[in-house]
Amino acid sequence: MQTLTKNTIGGKEIMLNGEGFLVHAEDWDKQLAIGIAVAEGIADLTDDHWKVINFCRQTAQNSKSPTLRQITTGTGISTKTMFALFPKGPAKKVARIAGLGKPEGCV
Amino acid sequence: MKKLLILGAGMAGTMAANKLTRLFHERQLDWQITLVDPDALHYYQPGFLFVPFGVYGGDDIVLPKRRLLPSDVELLQACIVEIDHEHNRVQLSSGEKLDYDFLIIATGADIHPEQTPGLSGPAWGDTIHTFYSFQGAVALFEKLRVWKGGRLVVNVVENPIKCPVAPLEFLMLADAFFLAKGMRDKVQLTYATPLSGAFTKPVAASHLNTLLAIKGIQVEPDYLVEAVNPDMRTLSSFDGRELGYDVLVSVPINMGATVVGESGLGDDLNYVPVNQHTMLDERHPNIFVLGDAAALPTSKAGSVAHFAIEKFCANFLDHVNGRQMHESFDGHANCFIESGHGKGLLIDFNYVTEPLPGAYPVPWVGPFSLLKETRANHWGKMLFKWIYWNILLKGYRLPIPTDMSMTGKQTAEAMN
Ligand SMILES: Cc1cc2nc3c(=O)[nH]c(=O)nc-3n(C[C@H](O)[C@H](O)[C@H](O)COP(=O)(O)OP(=O)(O)OC[C@H]3O[C@@H](n4cnc5c(N)ncnc54)[C@H](O)[C@@H]3O)c2cc1C
Repeated sequence: MQTLTKNTIGGKEIMLNGEGFLVHAEDWDKQLAIGIAVAEGIADLTDDHWKVINFCRQTAQNSKSPTLRQITTGTGISTKTMFALFPKGPAKKVARIAGLGKPEGCV
Repeated sequence: MKKLLILGAGMAGTMAANKLTRLFHERQLDWQITLVDPDALHYYQPGFLFVPFGVYGGDDIVLPKRRLLPSDVELLQACIVEIDHEHNRVQLSSGEKLDYDFLIIATGADIHPEQTPGLSGPAWGDTIHTFYSFQGAVALFEKLRVWKGGRLVVNVVENPIKCPVAPLEFLMLADAFFLAKGMRDKVQLTYATPLSGAFTKPVAASHLNTLLAIKGIQVEPDYLVEAVNPDMRTLSSFDGRELGYDVLVSVPINMGATVVGESGLGDDLNYVPVNQHTMLDERHPNIFVLGDAAALPTSKAGSVAHFAIEKFCANFLDHVNGRQMHESFDGHANCFIESGHGKGLLIDFNYVTEPLPGAYPVPWVGPFSLLKETRANHWGKMLFKWIYWNILLKGYRLPIPTDMSMTGKQTAEAMN
């Protein structure tokens, strides 16, 4: 559907779609998540980051990441904190890092 | 006699009642349909968009619900306060209980300004407005009539919202409205949206972003409002961006009916999770959910309710007789997008295919053009009001396919 780009992240070659989401879900591992996070401007993934990433991976449906509201309800982490953890568009940012598709709460 | 109870006599409830009544008569089946709704009036909600600009008034968009239903359908004016799905009965605000064999939840979605700090205080109706309710649209009409200009900000608090293109249409109509009044240079139009652009799907987003730019409408993307400060007339976002306004046109968070949540049937926004192809609540095989009340991954729009109900009615008798449902809803949606100056666009999509350019409903022919500004699309939108009252609500078939078609559409690959 869209232009795909080949990227090298943390020494690994992966395909991202036009909006920066991982194309092949099986490429994902923790090492890659750390690499994508750096590319997204997050130098360090803390326990709180991982709590959110893991939640998203566990609740993803058809590999679509949950929406911000689903994340805040599901993890108990506030919206404000989510913005501090994953600045500028937290739901999309965590979806990219978690190797999931774009959250589709909204159509 | 079997009892079918429908909660909510809005668009979906009315369509379903009309269609099923005809079906039961045809098959000579003995069913009693009862609808419950606290509001005696039916609002043509797509018309709310035009009210602030004086295009439609109350006469165009409001009718008594009773007049839209067959005489043998019972309509109770009451609010449902509990859905006791374990015992197949509901409770009305009067305390009265109604039992059912099958239940259709069609309680829609509504705005909740009280969920955003600062939004619903005394400034509501003064400097803070909405066109997502009839009263709101009328108040905004009064405001715009005498407004001398300044900063007008349209803000969507959170998605999903009903008719996700309506805020864009509002901005484009506002641009044309102020131009016609000779005061466009005195008005700054801004769209603060939680999305990264004008629309969710990439192809439509790029068309719509261009259109907004041409009209001088600024977009504040990825804007998730944290609070409104009515005294300072500012919005602040979770990432610390402040936006000043003179008139705020808000689309408050949309949520399903409270009773849905309180009865344990809803998700985090009180929408009911259902099978997205049959609209059956799979936890309760005698409950279907139609219209905006369902948590479907497509737009909350009348067109969706219409296509879905075509499928639902074809399935209903199979389901109640223990047979497998053979019809499957594909998430088909189409929406006209008014762009001002007597023109409009049209988008057509489903669960898997994003809106693409092409012609509709007849491939290559039209008369409507997808993702293109034309006069025919505008007339389609205006004609929709007549179709809504006379065909859709009455449950008659429109001569258009229920499933989305790819024929004649330009795919994203072909465009690149
Ligand atoms: C500004 C605006 C513009 C729009 N433009 C378009 C458009 O251009 N095209 C399009 O296709 N769609 C459009 N829509 C969306 C369309 O109006 C809705 O998708 C449609 O009305 C959904 O029908 P529904 O029956 O699910 O909900 P509704 O029509 O909202 O009906 C819900 C009913 O449930 C009742 N109810 C609620 N709670 C209870 C309770 N506890 N007990 C009993 N009854 C209850 C309500 O009173 C109401 O009558 C627009 C909507 C808005 C707000």
